Amino acid sequence: MPELRDLYQEVILEHSKAPRNYKALESANYKAEGYNPLCGDRFTVYLEMDADKIREIGFQGAGCAISKASASMMTQSVKGKTKEEAEKIFHRFHDLVTGHGQGEDAELGKLAVFSGVSEFPMRVKCATLAWHTLEAALEGKQEKVSTE
Amino acid sequence: MSAAAAVPIRGKAANRSFDVERIRKDFPILQTKVHGHPLVYLDNAATSQKPRAVIDALVRYYEGENANIHRGVHYLSQIATEEFEKARETVRAFVNAARASEIIFTRGTTEALNLVAQTYGKTNVGAGDEVLITAMEHHSNIVPWQMLCAEKGAKLRVAPMNDEGELLLAKYEKLLGPKTKLVAVGHVSNALGTINPLKQMIAAAHAKGAVVVVDGAQAVPHLKVDVQDLDADFYAFSGHKMYGPTGIGVLYGKQALLEAMPPYQGGGDMISSVTFEKTTYNKVPHKFEAGTPDMAGVAGLMAAIDYMNGIGIEKIAAHEHELLEYATEVIGAIEGVRLIGTAREKAGVLSFVLDEVHPHDIGTILDQQGIAVRTGHHCAQPVMERFSIPATVRASFAMYNTKGEIDALALGIRKVREVFA
Ligand SMILES: Cc1ncc(COP(=O)(O)O)c(C=O)c1O
Repeated sequence: MPELRDLYQEVILEHSKAPRNYKALESANYKAEGYNPLCGDRFTVYLEMDADKIREIGFQGAGCAISKASASMMTQSVKGKTKEEAEKIFHRFHDLVTGHGQGEDAELGKLAVFSGVSEFPMRVKCATLAWHTLEAALEGKQEKVSTE
Repeated sequence: MSAAAAVPIRGKAANRSFDVERIRKDFPILQTKVHGHPLVYLDNAATSQKPRAVIDALVRYYEGENANIHRGVHYLSQIATEEFEKARETVRAFVNAARASEIIFTRGTTEALNLVAQTYGKTNVGAGDEVLITAMEHHSNIVPWQMLCAEKGAKLRVAPMNDEGELLLAKYEKLLGPKTKLVAVGHVSNALGTINPLKQMIAAAHAKGAVVVVDGAQAVPHLKVDVQDLDADFYAFSGHKMYGPTGIGVLYGKQALLEAMPPYQGGGDMISSVTFEKTTYNKVPHKFEAGTPDMAGVAGLMAAIDYMNGIGIEKIAAHEHELLEYATEVIGAIEGVRLIGTAREKAGVLSFVLDEVHPHDIGTILDQQGIAVRTGHHCAQPVMERFSIPATVRASFAMYNTKGEIDALALGIRKVREVFA
């Protein structure tokens, strides 16, 4: 039986209460908005790109603990990375939360706390909303992304 | 009073002949275990569970009666047709319509409302006219009217509500004017539980010459509905929210209105004769029932009504009212809980938010304890906006729920607070 504590890990709760990089970036040259109509979660991701590199990142919005913590930890993990590196992390993260990962994944670092999500299929979209939004921002798409 | 001091009395005190434990035995799914806990099903406003009698009716239909209706001279077709028309009569009596021909079978509330918009609406609402709805409507009683208004160049007006979730009747009456061709209103709000003062609203609309369409999806499971007493012009509801099967619903319409309306869909059964030059339509209600209907669904709906009648809708209402009062007290007393929808007249629904915890997280934690609630905007985004919240947690009750289950919900919410402490 899936355990609640596997999902709501301390780190996740802590990030949801005090999200990092929670700001609209004045200097942003890319941004995208993500929306999950099922639960009303809504985030905007701001990027300041220096050629191919994410120099600054911020996000704002409202959502459940999982989506908010995921957005917060995402900003920490992709800051300073190239577009390609960030996309690679997203794919690994996606595998992790959907249960397709290969066990321990050192490259995911702190993001490994989201492994419990795979036991809660209804919550995968919460964990990936900010990432889909990041992907859209990286693609330079201006339209809203939706996880439905 | 603290919640812990409240003793579960399982609904027997005020409603002596109502035996909830016996009723629970009629619903096979209530034996389900979820994550090792007994299922506590509090998502009845989304869809109710089905008693054995309804499940059996579906099986009986396919095992002993299945044939297409109104089409064959053979034995089974005749039986199926008779059962189908008997069900229509059962529905007529259930809502006290004047005639069985005023009962049209649809897929559900949504289809019934769209039917009115596409037929009555299209022929009676024109450029510059107005359609009036309320601020607490379900999306299915908003979008069909928006589509109609966009197509016709008509205007959608919205009657507001107060912070308790009660319609502002004086404002509603002010919005009614010579341009108002149609009023579409929910009898009971699915997001807030508010019972609207329908009789007064209909009388006011009629005084201005407007026709009234009622979304009764959340009313028929909980209240005795009398369409003649209400003087409703149209009344829509779904079988699956009142212990019946999915895929079947009802549109009641006054005979004279139905007769004057064009058909909805074209096809078999809705015609009396077809040539390539000219088609004559069948009489009501068949004019609005093109194609082979959900005959098993109709049999199931009839069984659901028979089942409800067997218990007594007044007794069901009394039991649910007691549950709602108890839940309001017990859940409302939990620190951090804010009830959304505190109208004086309510049925079946307790919506709330908890501190800063997102309803989605609450839903997951409750589910781990076997408790099924709905979390989200409940297909009523404008209601969420009105209260400046993204979503609520909604517990909604049916005849088989108990005070013990509400205690379980209260315990579950305390667990949520622990996780997020
Ligand atoms: C108030 C209200 N109206 C309409 C509907 C739509 O009903 P259905 O989906 O059965 O057509 C619902 C149910 O979701 C409802 O609660």
